[in-house]
Amino acid sequence: MTSFFQYVFTGLSAGSLYMLVALGIVLIYRSTRVLNFAHGDIATVATFVAFSALSHKYSFLAAFGASLAVGAAVGVAFYLSVLARAQREGANLLGMVILTLGLALIIQGVVIWYWGADPVSLPFPISDTRTYTVGGVVISQLSLASLGAGILGSLLLYLLVQKTRLGLAMRATSENLMAAQTLGIPTRLVLSVSWGAASALGVVAGIFLAPALLLDPFFMLDPFLKGFAAAVLGGLNSLPGAVVGALVLGVAESLTGGYLAIHFKNTLAFGIIIVVLLVRPEGLLGKEFKERV
Amino acid sequence: MDLIESYREDLRFARRPIARVLLALLVAGLVALPWFAPDHLVFLATLVALYSIGVMGQNLLIGYTGQISFAQAAFLAIGAFTFGHLRIWGLPFPLALAGAGALAALVGVLVGFPSLRLKGPYLAIATLGFGVAVYQVFVNFEALSGGRTGLAIAKLKPMFGLSAAHTQYYVYLLLVTAFTLVTYNLVSSYVGRAFVAIRDADLAAEVNGVNLTRYKLLAFAVSSFYTGVHGALYAQVLGHIDPQIFNLLESLTLFVAVVVGGIASIEGSILGALFVIAVPKLLADYRELVPIIYGLGILLVLMFEPLGLYGGWLKTRLYFRNWPFR
Repeated sequence: MTSFFQYVFTGLSAGSLYMLVALGIVLIYRSTRVLNFAHGDIATVATFVAFSALSHKYSFLAAFGASLAVGAAVGVAFYLSVLARAQREGANLLGMVILTLGLALIIQGVVIWYWGADPVSLPFPISDTRTYTVGGVVISQLSLASLGAGILGSLLLYLLVQKTRLGLAMRATSENLMAAQTLGIPTRLVLSVSWGAASALGVVAGIFLAPALLLDPFFMLDPFLKGFAAAVLGGLNSLPGAVVGALVLGVAESLTGGYLAIHFKNTLAFGIIIVVLLVRPEGLLGKEFKERV
Repeated sequence: MDLIESYREDLRFARRPIARVLLALLVAGLVALPWFAPDHLVFLATLVALYSIGVMGQNLLIGYTGQISFAQAAFLAIGAFTFGHLRIWGLPFPLALAGAGALAALVGVLVGFPSLRLKGPYLAIATLGFGVAVYQVFVNFEALSGGRTGLAIAKLKPMFGLSAAHTQYYVYLLLVTAFTLVTYNLVSSYVGRAFVAIRDADLAAEVNGVNLTRYKLLAFAVSSFYTGVHGALYAQVLGHIDPQIFNLLESLTLFVAVVVGGIASIEGSILGALFVIAVPKLLADYRELVPIIYGLGILLVLMFEPLGLYGGWLKTRLYFRNWPFR
């Protein structure tokens, strides 16, 4: 039983980071109807910025802030300079997939060119070797911190979306763009805020994943795909869905790794995607997806 | 000018005399290539030939049928490993190649089933997940992938007194020619028009009598067959395969080739294959710039020349045909 709780806790702590990634993906999909394939790469480049800042002896908080700013700036810049233009010209789905993939490839190239392809480790103030034991369950500081970051991040997003005027504008814009424009909401600004917030959430996940994984140009690929899986599981249109989907995925993955086979831990997520899409394409908490071929 | 008066004329491969002359020159040049070009250029031409097959297949699926798929690397891996195992069991080259294509096509049909219910972004995610899952299965199952050492594949035997590399080049040239002709015929037949109809308006296509289930699955099967053959031919060229080769980047490379070459165009597929082979070679000393060029390539194509390199060629041709008028 203790090992069961151990797996559940590990799963929740991993799931909370998937949650941050998934929230970003859902936020962007809801507001601009774009699947952002560059989501992981934006987080990668921002985490590398934090790495550089830390190796220049800046404090951790300064590095964290800088990387959040860089991530958000990349997201906003891409939206304003490329995507908004393409959408105004009526780009189709394939076009938008191509655009975000293009951004992903460019960022990958820049990271490899500037920081090199060799894995480095991010100096992190919270260690994963210092642990507490609660009723037989071993809890490392790092996993506790990731859980905290996940909860804090989603709480802040909840407050932004549900409790502020800006959030109201965001919801209106994603509900009906034309009507929002007619009502005088500066939709371009609101949508770029969505892109910035989504990218920043991804960056937080990147920073907290970096100490567990080594930092290399592709280190966010796997968490990004998991976040994707979580978003699909919960429903691509639903922010609470992303939270539920990510936590379920994290726990399911950890239990599979513990009780079945460690090899299939990573494959599970993609099995889940395919099954969910076949059985209930709108996801656990999603609505709206009524269109069948 | 260039007025097409009958369906028969529309199907003609090269309509104008000058096009025929250019095509004949191109074919003659490709056949004679090993006599005047150094060996590494012949090798590059071999790579372009085999990539053209895979890119054509993906173009049938993405460009003609409009189904966005990111499972290319999975089909490459299935083709390559099937081919490797069949060769090790002692099957001759053509049979192993057909087997690789057939198995890939079969799996392609299985992947195609979600496409009957999923549209657009959802299909892209499902195929992306499938691609990564297949990659991980190959990495984790040593019986399939030959473990850490991978599979070694015997080289083609030299024929007709040619060197091994030249034999391989001619075999591949023959194959790519065959695939190009088949693809031309496919897209100008009922099947090809059904694919395009599904892309442009699937509901209207169904109302007009296109069986959506059959033609979507067919598009997946055909494109996976091409990609499986590409994987097998790639394995033959490398002589040694391990699952690490068939990662997500390889899927993206094929996708970039389709987009940069020209969506829904066969000539574009070949140009796209040339692009993804030539760019890493030209930037051999600056490998890290390759993804940047790919990314910029697809961004620029989408923003300024939606038909890709082939669209550029069409415009150039039109310019010279109308010269000195504009």
